[in-house]
Amino acid sequence: MTALALGLARARHEVRLYARSADTVFFTFAFPVLLLAVFSVAFSEQSFGSDADGLAVTAAAYYLPGMIAAGILLSGVQGLAVDIATERGDGTLKRLAGTPLPVSSYVLGKAGQVLVTSAAQVVVLLAVARLAFGVALPTEPERWGRLVAVYLLGITASALLGVALSRVPSSGRAATAVVVPVTVVLQFVSGVYLPFTQLPEWLQVVASSFPLRWIAQGLRSAFLPEGFATLETGGSWDLPLVLAVLAGFVVVGAVLARLTFRWTRADA
Amino acid sequence: MTNPPAVTVRDLTKSYGSSVALHGVSFDVAPGETLGLLGPNGAGKSTIVEILEGHRDRSGGEVRVLGTDPRRGGLAWRSRLGIVLQSSGEAGLATVREEVALAARCWRRPRDVDEVIAAVGLTDRAGARLRSLSGGQRRRVDVALGIVGRPEVLFLDEPTTGFDPEARRDFWALVRSLSDEGTSILLTTHYLDEAAQLSDRLLVVDGGRVLAEGTPADLVGASARTPRVTWRDATGTHEVRTDAPAALVARLHADGGEPDGLEVHRPDLETVYLELVGAATGVAGAGGAAAGGAPDRGVRATGTEAVAS
Repeated sequence: MTALALGLARARHEVRLYARSADTVFFTFAFPVLLLAVFSVAFSEQSFGSDADGLAVTAAAYYLPGMIAAGILLSGVQGLAVDIATERGDGTLKRLAGTPLPVSSYVLGKAGQVLVTSAAQVVVLLAVARLAFGVALPTEPERWGRLVAVYLLGITASALLGVALSRVPSSGRAATAVVVPVTVVLQFVSGVYLPFTQLPEWLQVVASSFPLRWIAQGLRSAFLPEGFATLETGGSWDLPLVLAVLAGFVVVGAVLARLTFRWTRADA
Repeated sequence: MTNPPAVTVRDLTKSYGSSVALHGVSFDVAPGETLGLLGPNGAGKSTIVEILEGHRDRSGGEVRVLGTDPRRGGLAWRSRLGIVLQSSGEAGLATVREEVALAARCWRRPRDVDEVIAAVGLTDRAGARLRSLSGGQRRRVDVALGIVGRPEVLFLDEPTTGFDPEARRDFWALVRSLSDEGTSILLTTHYLDEAAQLSDRLLVVDGGRVLAEGTPADLVGASARTPRVTWRDATGTHEVRTDAPAALVARLHADGGEPDGLEVHRPDLETVYLELVGAATGVAGAGGAAAGGAPDRGVRATGTEAVAS
């Protein structure tokens, strides 16, 4: 059995376990869907501007790209960092280290789980936005292309950075306490909840050194009217830059994950 | 007879800063042999085993497992080992069959998943999630995961913790069948009866040193098991070690009738073990004759200076 086939078998196993864990299903999978519903209802009276035809952009339409971006971050960074740190703490990884399982198969299994569950999450978010809040989904293939490109680069970078971040918590129990504040702060400074360009300039610079800001901007280009591009930092979607930066994060994430991954914490 | 040992350990040392966990431990495990590693908590057993498994680095000495230094063991080397660690706290959302089947895929020539589950006595619980199992059942899953890859060398670290007596007997039968297939086994255990039942040889470790090494028969052999007769009379309590306890008792009876507190005691493995460990750590042994009671025939007592103290 090759490392690839073994990784796919592990991915199937991981997806099954993910679905059985109430914690991950609520805090990682359902959370962005819940927030989309809350924002759509809470801000239903508020104006978010209008498209070229003069149709008002609803709160649900406005927040949809942000919630997809948040889901990508949660599934990848938060989900994997907590999951792997927990497995390192509870002895799972020590047991696996004693078997002929390649590290690449283990990481592939985790990445596969993230890809499947986050793709399902995007589908649920789109369905809720469309069916519950009447959001008109994009009709042009080019916009769907933007969604797919930003999603794939974003989720890959998130998953790899999650693998790297899993090394930081000193125990499985500390994992949630270490990781969740990081992802919450990132969501606030990356234009997911608050309009990015309203942040102080220095904070925009700081936020730009993390992938979420770019994922959110890329997804806005897929869902919001073209006219909204003028509200972005450079007055345009800057899609080539967004994709290049995300590709850069994939490379950085891969290097960090490769350098930092250890089966066990102390090899003393 | 010329087969190289499955495990070779020479002058193995391990220190954590200024504290020394292992003071030069040496032993071999021959191909197909079961070696029992006995010792109290903190004796250094787990340190030895983890170094052999490649989970821990050593400070000095030579170690070979299947001819390979565990520091440099790759996946091909790992595929020839089976490791049952001390119990872990895994979340246990998978079922028994899912967990064993997934583990089996790592090995080139795994055993049949259902046969392994049957061998550890969990056929009835194959579809149950691990977290719903009792501690003993969970431990049997650990054992299943350790043997599914058909290992040449099997490390069992306190494998029967939490087993009921029947499960322990079943497990012994399983270990014997693995041994019959030629598996070399390093068994760490607190249960002396288990060590005596399963091991071809025993290694008693304490304070990071090998105190004694020999077959169970050696350790509990003729000299170590010389019966001890104790009784009381007007002058106090008496203890005599003799190979002819019946003759001694008959003479006592002939001299003064029924003696008070008469006992004839034949030391078992546990007594011998406690005497060894007790003498080495300076704690009072099982009897007044502890210092002189260390086995001296057929046993290589490597910690003699400690025993004598």
